[in-house]
Amino acid sequence: MKRNGRKKIAAFIIMVFMLAIVAGCGGETKDTGDNAGDKAEKINVGVNVELSGGVASYGSNARDGAILAIEQANADGGVLGMQINPIERDCKSVADEAMSVSAALVGEKIVAQIGPLTSGNVAGSTPVMMDNKIPLIAPAATAANVTVDDKTGATRDYIFRVCFIDPFQGTLMAQFAADNLQAKSAVIYCDNSSDYGKGLAEYFEKTFIEKGGKIVAKEGFVKDDRDFRAALTKIKGLNPDFIYVPGYYQEVAPLIKQARELGITAPIGGPDGWDSPDMVSVAGNEALNNTYFTNHYSSQDQDPNVVKFVEAYKAKYNKDPDAFAALGYDAVQIMIQGLKDAGEADSVKLTEALENITDFQGITGKMSIDEQHNPVKAGVVIEFKDGKQVMNTRIQP
Amino acid sequence: MLEFTQQIVNGLSLGAIYALIALGYTMVYGIIKLINFAHGDIMMVGAFVGYFSLTLLGTNIMVAMVTAMIACAVLGVIIEKVAYRPLRNSTRIAALITAIGVSLFLEYITIFLLGPSQKVFPESAFPIKAYDLAGLSVLNKDIFVVVSAVVLMLILQYIIKWTKTGKAMRAVSLDQEAAVLMGISVDKTISITFAIGSALAAAAGVMYGVYYSTVNPLMGIIPGLKAFVAAVLGGIGIIPGAMVGGFLMGLLETMVSGYGSSLYRDAVAFGVLILILLIKPTGLFGKDTGEKV
Amino acid sequence: MQILKNKFIRFCADVLILAALFTLVQYFITTGLLNQYYQINLASMCINIILSVSLSLINGFTGQLSLGHAGFMAVGAYASVILTQMLGQPFIAGIFAACLAAGVCGFIIGVPTLRLKGDYLAIATLAFGEIIRVTLQNIDYVNGPAGVLGITKLTTWPWLFAAAVITTLVVVNLINSSYGRAIISVREDEVASELMGINTTKYKVIAFVIGAMFAGLAGAMYAHFFYIIKPETFNFLKSFDILVMVVLGGLGSTSGAIIAAIFITALTAALQSFPAIRMILYALILIIVMIYRPQGLMGNKELSRQTFGRIWSGRKNEHNRN
Repeated sequence: MKRNGRKKIAAFIIMVFMLAIVAGCGGETKDTGDNAGDKAEKINVGVNVELSGGVASYGSNARDGAILAIEQANADGGVLGMQINPIERDCKSVADEAMSVSAALVGEKIVAQIGPLTSGNVAGSTPVMMDNKIPLIAPAATAANVTVDDKTGATRDYIFRVCFIDPFQGTLMAQFAADNLQAKSAVIYCDNSSDYGKGLAEYFEKTFIEKGGKIVAKEGFVKDDRDFRAALTKIKGLNPDFIYVPGYYQEVAPLIKQARELGITAPIGGPDGWDSPDMVSVAGNEALNNTYFTNHYSSQDQDPNVVKFVEAYKAKYNKDPDAFAALGYDAVQIMIQGLKDAGEADSVKLTEALENITDFQGITGKMSIDEQHNPVKAGVVIEFKDGKQVMNTRIQP
Repeated sequence: MLEFTQQIVNGLSLGAIYALIALGYTMVYGIIKLINFAHGDIMMVGAFVGYFSLTLLGTNIMVAMVTAMIACAVLGVIIEKVAYRPLRNSTRIAALITAIGVSLFLEYITIFLLGPSQKVFPESAFPIKAYDLAGLSVLNKDIFVVVSAVVLMLILQYIIKWTKTGKAMRAVSLDQEAAVLMGISVDKTISITFAIGSALAAAAGVMYGVYYSTVNPLMGIIPGLKAFVAAVLGGIGIIPGAMVGGFLMGLLETMVSGYGSSLYRDAVAFGVLILILLIKPTGLFGKDTGEKV
Repeated sequence: MQILKNKFIRFCADVLILAALFTLVQYFITTGLLNQYYQINLASMCINIILSVSLSLINGFTGQLSLGHAGFMAVGAYASVILTQMLGQPFIAGIFAACLAAGVCGFIIGVPTLRLKGDYLAIATLAFGEIIRVTLQNIDYVNGPAGVLGITKLTTWPWLFAAAVITTLVVVNLINSSYGRAIISVREDEVASELMGINTTKYKVIAFVIGAMFAGLAGAMYAHFFYIIKPETFNFLKSFDILVMVVLGGLGSTSGAIIAAIFITALTAALQSFPAIRMILYALILIIVMIYRPQGLMGNKELSRQTFGRIWSGRKNEHNRN
């Protein structure tokens, strides 16, 4: 009798789980049904970003930027007389989940998708967007092959981005180091766990060598490292003219701090991933002197658009925006511009409109979309001076 | 030579952080044979408690650390009561999965409440002083972490070897049933173990915050894993082993980055771990206990 | 003779059920009833089944706690992609290469480490998994951390179905063979089985290598479905995910591993609609299931024809009593 009872419990539990599975799938279909009815008065936009997993902080900042842009647009009466309805989903920082989420969003009848952040996760959702002919606007996927197929050289029709690509920034910093800083030797200390760091390092190296410079050492760190002194001690011994640190501010800020603590005085340079108020609060004003980074805008820019964005962001989220937030905001802005140009909320028409965007004034600069779906926008080299970001050089594309 | 000495300093201070986390890890393991994967996340909670006590309450670093230790001791006891105690008599792997669950829960409840972005530890909490010893850069925080790690290890060793509670812990670790027969409250002893272990994690968390200036909800994963490796390296369950394992791990990583290639740092560190395990399967300080048939 | 006949009938029934399942799903896919979203989750489900069944052979039946399964998956994924994308070979060659490469890695890792016991083995396998990942990150031929992007989609429902079925069949038949009895004896009592003349190391290595090979197969399927592979995908957290499925299903139960793989995949998909709290819910479900059912959903029992039969007859009896 007792054995029988236990078996019944087991069977019961299994049945409950089966029910849960069915309910789970069922819930998904019901959602689709509900939203299909809403389509008339709402424009559904998918926000497929990393809210959990390794790069959750990038994804949620970009989400915050994107949602701010959508709320502002809705407060101004929406687009084409309709309100934008953002549908937020978490892709767990993995490519397969990004694909699944995109497919779920397609079921929600979205006209465009914002995100994911990293190149790999964008690649995950690429096939779904291509199959369904829905444009994807990537806020921060910098790898060159996100929008262009390596093998054929063909542009991926429905993938767009609003950020710089790796070759641009890497080359820019190499030129700056060689020409403006007169550096002859450089060390590359890159974020080895991301394609971003690796990609930038590659192009920096190429240009720097072309300019007659010498790369004396290549070192790497991985995401979430906080101790860099071992490699920095080694770099100190090499005494380079310049140190290139392509990576994100979470790692770079303590890295610069430790470099200065160890007595490294050489100029340090990096990409737009440095852009965050945390740079100053972690590394300190003094350590940041003689450091430079390439960017499309400065959050301390006096441009009224930028000032307005920074204020609105601070008011809503009670924190300063970083580069991800700004790019998430611009991704939505450019989508709204595209919708206006297209004249109707149709994903194929929106794609055509996005392809033809020229001189769009975003907060990360004035941009035009080229044939490869990359934004053409001016780059700037920003220098930290006593904790303030100062524009050093502006380079038009 | 100077560079080498500098690398030793670097390695020791990094190792001290690992050692601090590893101490709590190894202690919990020693008593109930549970790999508490949530340990790194308890450290994270400790770091956040320290952060808020510094920024919101404006306390000094010592008060912040004590607050964090008390808060995490309570948290550790609660976790043990709710999540691990019901599983005490089932398989260890079930407890392991629960530990993974607790770890995820702590990470994502923190993200839910505070957002995933990092928070910056106020610089004023621990003003940095640099000492320049003939070109060698030593910071006051280096000395602080190394000394705290050693002192905490000694205190722990004292508790375990010379106090009544410690005796109870050793008894429970050796044979739970016999311990009960000798009138030892197993539940109480295990609770105390978790309280001490979690308090140590909290101390490590606050020190991590001071040392590396930032805290974030996922900060516990990697140091937690490294500290676990350190604990196994020294012989898991053995207090001085965790200490030595931690320092060894720190030195090893530093030496690989400094004299090999930083690109292969983690691979080499893990490779050495495997080698040591193959040569001495119970870790450096582990006792070879013959199998009972 | 009667027994043989019964066996044959059962075999035919199994084949029929599987064929029906396959055709039904294939029909739904061709008619478009199963949209892309369900197809993607179906693929995840099959891949997860392969992973959890193969890990359950190592963890559940052999009793060796391995935390490096994602590493073997990575080896398989990369090996197959190198063959199909870079050397232009057909998918089937990629699949064989994946199994072979992962199996060889399993052998190289298994022979020295399987002498270790319990948690020491766990940490050693975890370390190996991480070493594989770091190594891949530093190989420029496969683009380091960026990984390989734009992989042709070759994994289709027939491939997925065949892979999942073959994995399950091999594992189940292995368990029911004399090898399987030796393998289980290692789990139950290593010293005793050694005394009985069983070469425990040999059986542990066999189970480990077979488990690794199927993880490689899962990697090949994954790579050719999800368009991109990069080392970061295969970190130790992925190994934990697989372990969760195995333990949730019940150590030593193949059907449990399958049910748990389906359950976890469906749960992940269902929680997508709650982005803010999905991981919190996931963690809570994990803890609650473990507290109330520490032996896993199935314990070490199997869900088989007999179980259904028993439940059926049990119901009927109750009915009669009423």
